[in-house]
Amino acid sequence: MSLDKHDVEKIAHLARLSIQEDDIPHYARDLNNILNLVDQLSAADTNGILPMAHPLDAHQRLRPDTVTEINHREAFQAIAPKTEAGVYLVPKVIE
Amino acid sequence: MEWEVVIGLEIHTQLATKSKIFSGAATAYGAEPNTQACAVDLGLPGVLPVLNAEAVRMAIKFGLAVDAEISDRSVFARKNYFYPDLPKGYQISQYELPVVGKGHINIELEDGTEKVIGITRAHLEEDAGKSLHEDFDGETGIDLNRAGTPLLEIVSEPDMRSAKEAVAYMRKIHSLVRYLEICDGNMQEGSFRCDANVSIRPKGQEKFGTRAELKNINSFRNVERAINYEIERQIDVLESGGEVIQETRLYDADKNETRAMRSKEEANDYRYFPDPDLLPLIIEEETIDEIRATLPELPNEKRDRFVNELGLSLYDASVLTSSRELATYFESLLKATGGKDPKQCANWVIGDVSGALNKANLDISESPVSAEQLASVLNRISDNTISGKIAKTVFEALWAGEGKDADEIIESKGLKQVTDTGAIEAMVDEVLANNPDQVQQYRDGKEQLIGFFVGQIMKASKGKANPAQVNELLKKKLNG
Repeated sequence: MSLDKHDVEKIAHLARLSIQEDDIPHYARDLNNILNLVDQLSAADTNGILPMAHPLDAHQRLRPDTVTEINHREAFQAIAPKTEAGVYLVPKVIE
Repeated sequence: MEWEVVIGLEIHTQLATKSKIFSGAATAYGAEPNTQACAVDLGLPGVLPVLNAEAVRMAIKFGLAVDAEISDRSVFARKNYFYPDLPKGYQISQYELPVVGKGHINIELEDGTEKVIGITRAHLEEDAGKSLHEDFDGETGIDLNRAGTPLLEIVSEPDMRSAKEAVAYMRKIHSLVRYLEICDGNMQEGSFRCDANVSIRPKGQEKFGTRAELKNINSFRNVERAINYEIERQIDVLESGGEVIQETRLYDADKNETRAMRSKEEANDYRYFPDPDLLPLIIEEETIDEIRATLPELPNEKRDRFVNELGLSLYDASVLTSSRELATYFESLLKATGGKDPKQCANWVIGDVSGALNKANLDISESPVSAEQLASVLNRISDNTISGKIAKTVFEALWAGEGKDADEIIESKGLKQVTDTGAIEAMVDEVLANNPDQVQQYRDGKEQLIGFFVGQIMKASKGKANPAQVNELLKKKLNG
């Protein structure tokens, strides 16, 4: 598999990354190198091996269902760019 | 051309936990904006999600109730997309290894038969916050109280063949999650939401047609309307030579139509991957057994018991078990009347009580007449204090809040049935004496006039004469 200019632009858009036109060939080369590495991994026989979901050989600890957090709205909103009447304000996201 | 409709539903149920799925913030509905959104819910740097044990238990409960496989090992994944009400830029969900695997549930069709609907999977995930597009002068307001609320997304197989079947399935799941007490089922508050995948294909064709996903459906009625609209739309498109496009469409209840969402070329490119912040969830066999032992009687089990042990018709039993609250009301009524006459209790609950509730647009849990109050009415019928007809009057008075129980109303309104034979005999004699022509006609063979006499006597007694005694005395006098 090989990524072209269009793929790089799409990946950047999905990740909301702004990239320079001039850098695209460079990114494409790097990403293709990564894919080549993955291709080498794919060559290994993984029959009967449980896919690893996490590098730690441990399982999820659970938390009892109790409310432990109190209201810190003021502190959180002090670092927000814009708030009004308790809500965070963002540029309009609906057409 | 004859078309076949194919429908699958994705139902999002908010789990009724006290705290969020990955944080200790409260989940109570209706709080001031952003007062229940903690650092974890906001996705601030350095925070870690920790899974809520109760959310897992609730998911297992559901899985057991639909006879599904419970995964001994399931994995959380990140579903990546950007939207302001999703602060982390990804939703924690489950992808390849959901907690609940394949299951099934039976629905009843209109012709009385049952149909099995397959459940593909059910997985745990977090809800997003709310975007408020209206009140902020060209900007969007974000309330993150809902962000991180636990959801169980229940995905059905494409097994439904009409909008009616889809609604029947949705009602069944709604009833089930309330029986299990894992979701309050409140659709206005968004605790129970539904997306529908709808496609059509020529009848007899194996291959599915291209589907549209309908979103934004928030009531049973709208599910039916939205799907029916969409079916018509797809038939029109195909019959005029066009092609159905795979897309997400929003249902607009005011206009009763579906319309395509803004086309996003990146739609559905969620790039799932296992969430490195969360370890695999291991569920031990003992945990499952322990939860299985706590399962309540499920709707279909209850229905079958009502039929087999109480002798109710399948129809009555289905209606009574359609919601846990209604079934509880019926069972309380039956208990408070000594369990003597299940059919009479069923008739009152399905007839008078449900009728009055519908008229007043109330839910059974809001009924002005409690099961115990209604029992006081039925008990006065069975000890002959009042007739079945007067009982309706007493019920109406209880409904209107004119007394605390049947005795109080019978007393204050003087509704006690007349069972004194002498008093009834006097009324019978009077009516017969006042209607000599009818008496003669009756004796000449016009026996249907018996109804006329009974009516006159009941009228004279203001409905309080015991009807059985009236009939008996009347026949004796007319025939003798």
